[in-house]
Amino acid sequence: MSHETTKTWAFPGGLHLDDHKSISNTHHVTRAELPRQLVLPLSQHIGNAAIACVAVGDPVLKGQRIAKGDGYVSAPVHAPTSGTVTAIDEQPVPHPSGLHAPCITIRVDGKEEWIEHSGCEDYRTLDASELRNKIREAGIVGLGGAGFPSYIKLNPGTSAVETLVLNGAECEPYITCDDMLMRERAGEIIQGMRIMQHALQARHCLIGIEDNKIEAFAALREALAENDDIQLVRIPTRYPAGGEKQLIYTLTGKQVPSHGLPLDIGVVCHNVGTAAAIYRAIVHGEPLLSRIITLTGSGIPQPRNLDVLFGTAMCELLEQVHAKAGDIGKLIMGGPMMGFEITDSHAPVIKTSNCLLAEHRRDLVQPPAAMPCIRCGDCATVCPALLLPQQLFWYAQAREFDRVQDYHLFDCIECGCCSYVCPSHIPLVQYYRFAKTEIWQQERDKQKSDAARQRHEFRLERLEREKQEKKQRHARKAEALKPAGADKGDIKNDPKKAAIMAALERAQQKKQQSHIQPKNVDHLTEAQQREIDEVNARRAAAHKQDQEPSS
Amino acid sequence: MTTSSPHLSTPNSVSRLMLHVGYALIPGIATYAWLFGAGVLVHILLASVTAMTAEALVLMLRRRPMASTLADGSAILSAVLLALAIPPLAPWWITVLGAGFAILFGKQLYGGIGYNPFNPAMLGYAMLLISFPLEMTRWPAAHSLLTQAPSLSDSVSLIFASGVSMDAISAATPLDTLKTQLALGVGIDATRTGAETGKLFGQIAGVGWEAINIAFLLGGLYLLLTRRIAWQIPLAMLGSLALLATLFHLLDPQQYASPLLHLFGGAAMLGAFFIATDPVSACTTPRGRILFGIGIGVITYAIRNWGGYPDGIAFAVLLMNMTAPTIDYFTQPRVFGGGKP
Ligand code: SF4
Ligand code: SF4
Repeated sequence: MSHETTKTWAFPGGLHLDDHKSISNTHHVTRAELPRQLVLPLSQHIGNAAIACVAVGDPVLKGQRIAKGDGYVSAPVHAPTSGTVTAIDEQPVPHPSGLHAPCITIRVDGKEEWIEHSGCEDYRTLDASELRNKIREAGIVGLGGAGFPSYIKLNPGTSAVETLVLNGAECEPYITCDDMLMRERAGEIIQGMRIMQHALQARHCLIGIEDNKIEAFAALREALAENDDIQLVRIPTRYPAGGEKQLIYTLTGKQVPSHGLPLDIGVVCHNVGTAAAIYRAIVHGEPLLSRIITLTGSGIPQPRNLDVLFGTAMCELLEQVHAKAGDIGKLIMGGPMMGFEITDSHAPVIKTSNCLLAEHRRDLVQPPAAMPCIRCGDCATVCPALLLPQQLFWYAQAREFDRVQDYHLFDCIECGCCSYVCPSHIPLVQYYRFAKTEIWQQERDKQKSDAARQRHEFRLERLEREKQEKKQRHARKAEALKPAGADKGDIKNDPKKAAIMAALERAQQKKQQSHIQPKNVDHLTEAQQREIDEVNARRAAAHKQDQEPSS
Repeated sequence: MTTSSPHLSTPNSVSRLMLHVGYALIPGIATYAWLFGAGVLVHILLASVTAMTAEALVLMLRRRPMASTLADGSAILSAVLLALAIPPLAPWWITVLGAGFAILFGKQLYGGIGYNPFNPAMLGYAMLLISFPLEMTRWPAAHSLLTQAPSLSDSVSLIFASGVSMDAISAATPLDTLKTQLALGVGIDATRTGAETGKLFGQIAGVGWEAINIAFLLGGLYLLLTRRIAWQIPLAMLGSLALLATLFHLLDPQQYASPLLHLFGGAAMLGAFFIATDPVSACTTPRGRILFGIGIGVITYAIRNWGGYPDGIAFAVLLMNMTAPTIDYFTQPRVFGGGKP
């Protein structure tokens, strides 16, 4: 089988952007200097944060696990070099919220002393679950930017994997870390892919590379042996060609279902960096301790790619490429289209840090003021998810969250194409994020209130039961104390008492009648039913209180 | 202040878009002024000043930022399009009324740019046509039909001195003539070669009109090629107009004018490229735009042949504006991953 194929499918929408890649891809990847201390966030991936398993004062060795994964979707953290744990506390981390998060701080001793580790000569001797375990233990998460624990994506369950796809598209402008990795460590990527193929028992292997990365393509082709079954595919350079769904479509012509996973159509997709990390974990027994990161942008005098230990402060890296802190107007982690702004440059590099884009102060432009939408539809033309961004915007702005979901908000991949082209400069993606967060929040609130309501109902039930029991006890006591023949005779003989009884009875009846049954209660929506339930619960509680003192 | 991604944006803006639409109108306006006298320029000026004043006034009352909104150029563009639809020697107050109405009732009443369901220029035009049919249908003849084209000063005095007789220079437009003659039972060939009426018809669609339409077509192509307007609307509109015209023309060439006359007569090209494509009031989905364009083409043809007005573009656009939200709703594209493309 040949290594090349020209058949690709063009995904909808997308943009041609200036790639700005040549700024940073002309130097070899070099190792960053060993910093004096490393700050390792417990959460560098999607899922539960890891749990620290060292204490302040503990000496650690390079590669030693310092935090263990918590549950299925989680990843452990390892000491990137040897040293001493000096703190476990909240530190600034790279996150769009700008909030602090729990981290383990290690004072580096400079000896780079490894923990004992060994690799496996031939991965074919290991079965899929052994491979997954090793990959899980090595703390490997998707290095493309999302940071999903990789071993999960290597577990297809009962589904058959038709195609394994490696993502070498790297479509965002400025970023070149995958490009450099492919150029310099093509062999590791290919071996990593073979390991994944073995674990998944995938029939076909495809690597998609944007056609502006000629050298990377050549390097990978060279690394592929003759008669190999891995196919390299040159794909047109068009943002967001590296989006998972877009890449899979480009390579296979199959669309990942709207609310599904690639696995639903028999495809698994990993980043090239992840493949290289898996190779190192399996063949050399090394956990994930470092990554290649692109340092670029007008605020950086010597743009390049560095191999950086996790936990290295961003500001130290910037110093190494001679960037002056005062010159940098804006620091972005990730690319210009999907990255987010870093407000505290003391934040460390983590597993998902692919690029630091530093804009010089003089290039900083005030974003143009947003004008009303003129419904030009440009946003819809470029949307790779085939959404109607202006409608999404309209309903998000009006906080009509049901409508936003009717317009498929959750199919939005936040690629930013729509915002980019909008002539009215409306920050569309910002509205979508807002709407998504609101909807998630409402979902959580709803779950919480459901739980609270249940607790409340249980309590009412318990109180009622206790009351009944009390009544019965009283009744039994009264029964026991009552002298024989002293029952109803009294009342019958006393007209006053009889009148009172009758009045009481009438009042009781009236009260019961006032329990009006609501009308039109068939075909209620969930929300209406919920509201009704709540009202009823409140009413029952009030009713109870009314009666309580008299009992 | 932190900003959210993307951290890049196009240098495109609404004002730039409007500016380029303005550029694209230049050949058409120039041809118009050359063939029908400078009156059109006076009306453009009048309409622009009125529109800007009206817009500024409303913004002031609503306490909205004035500079950025006035600078977006949309008011001027509406004004220019309206002025192009008004007979070049119509009295000044026609234009002032129309432009004021277009901005106040066609745009600001709905909340300003982006919120108006109707094309403001066409709303202004429709109001004028209904209220002042006499003034709105008195077109001068193209200058090649006159001994002398009205000079700028002639135009100005005609526009501002109401009451001056225009009979000497006015004539029905070709579409208008055709309609009247057909109603009188005169066939198309006879009309085109008639001693009185035949002078109006040039090579294809009427002296002057064909040249103006070609000039607007050129401007429209510029907008298409630079992707400033979507191709679906003009193509669908002109396509459906041409198709219907061909069909009926083949059936009865004496009753139904040739497709060329429909495409290059009246406001066909101006309408297709500059009026129907107004993004705010048109459809926005790709399939919706095609339906929208077809709708305008069909309605225009119907009004031209069987309706009460010689040209039907304004009403066709307004009618389709009304249906745009519904069309948009039913032509949502299928989400990527939502099935076969
Ligand atoms: S690109 Fe902007 S102005 Fe145009 S329709 Fe979309 S949101 Fe509206
Ligand atoms: S950000 Fe969302 S809505 Fe906008 S173009 Fe990308 S996928 Fe479409």
